[in-house]
Amino acid sequence: MDFSLLSDNIGLFMQGFMNTIWASLLGLAGSFILGTIIAVFRMTRSRPLVWFGTAYVEFFRNIPLLLVVFLFYLGLPSLGITLSGFASGTMGLAVYTSSFIAEAIRAGIMAVPKGQTEAARSSGLTYVQTMFYVILPQAIKLVIPPLSNQFINLVKNSSILSIVAGFDLMYYGDIVATETFDTINTYLFVALFYLIITLPLSYGSRVLERKLARHD
Amino acid sequence: MDFAGAYSGDFLIFLLQGLLITLKIALISIILSFTLGTLIGIIRYARVPVLSPVLAVLVELLRNLPLLLIILFSRFALPDLGLRLGPEGAAIAALTVFEMAMISEVVRGGLNSIPKGQVEAARSSGLSSVQTLRYIVLPQGLRRMIPPLVSQFISLLKDTSLATAIALAELMHNAQIIIGHSYNYAIPVLLLCAAIYFTVNYLLSLLSRRLENKGV
Repeated sequence: MDFSLLSDNIGLFMQGFMNTIWASLLGLAGSFILGTIIAVFRMTRSRPLVWFGTAYVEFFRNIPLLLVVFLFYLGLPSLGITLSGFASGTMGLAVYTSSFIAEAIRAGIMAVPKGQTEAARSSGLTYVQTMFYVILPQAIKLVIPPLSNQFINLVKNSSILSIVAGFDLMYYGDIVATETFDTINTYLFVALFYLIITLPLSYGSRVLERKLARHD
Repeated sequence: MDFAGAYSGDFLIFLLQGLLITLKIALISIILSFTLGTLIGIIRYARVPVLSPVLAVLVELLRNLPLLLIILFSRFALPDLGLRLGPEGAAIAALTVFEMAMISEVVRGGLNSIPKGQVEAARSSGLSSVQTLRYIVLPQGLRRMIPPLVSQFISLLKDTSLATAIALAELMHNAQIIIGHSYNYAIPVLLLCAAIYFTVNYLLSLLSRRLENKGV
């Protein structure tokens, strides 16, 4: 590896690295909020809400992330709303990932046996109390492993910002590659920067998963 | 928004040509990555000395990198290493390598989920370790792997859209060219593409359900 390439272009690499972290954090927050709302929709008794939630999840899970990002980046301008590459990329990430998160949350809550709800309700807890004190603490154990996987995916997927000029790590990597003509070394450093984020996350999620499993 | 203009005959044929490339790349990559991924999964399950730890590191690295980076690397960095691939070749190589790592984990997980008692019983009734794998572990493991495998194939199909970054003439690439004619085509064309991806992926998931019920 040619470290002078890294030191010569450290400014660009760092700018991209920080933007990738930003996009991932914003995408995580957005997808978690959206995903929770959709999961709740699907568990209510209201037909239209259930239908909407199901359609939302099935639609976004089955189309490419790039298409979702393009809907924001290329589609919205024709409706008079113009977003930057970073904004459309991050919003696309949030919406796309929320469909996976909604499923993970729903599966986690459904996995808690029905008898527990019945027992809690008949011992006088309200529905909200049942959710907060009985169901959610157990569901969270089942939800955390798939959620942390989704976050790792989100970090990797944020590289899609480079296609819509979103100033992320991959985008600056491409600039460095075309300026230095040293594609191999540039991409290796880009890979290294991604691994700095994703490897600790995968390791952490594995440890967490094992820990949560042990408490059962 | 101009639905009539966007859905004119020429544009529809152009999108169809893109879809055919998408399907071709996806099919070839699915076959290659499934073969290689199964092989790696078995090697790691059987803990083949030397090979298994080396593959473990490779899988871990590949799984934690963005696919887009691997695609760009195959197209733009490999020529410097003496391997010149066109857009199709580079897309297939990158998708295969990345999905192979994902699939090997699915296979390993599926094989590991077969109770050890069965292996012990098979071995003590005189089957060799290869026979045990072939007749006892694999047939049961494969059945359990069908749902995660199919969702991996669906991801692969969606991920072919990333090859638009290396100007492969697949569906999203051709969609972008049509949108380049007029922004009024953006939403109609993107919605049509979404419908196409959705249909193909939905058919795949139906196939998965049928295979599961039949038990292969």
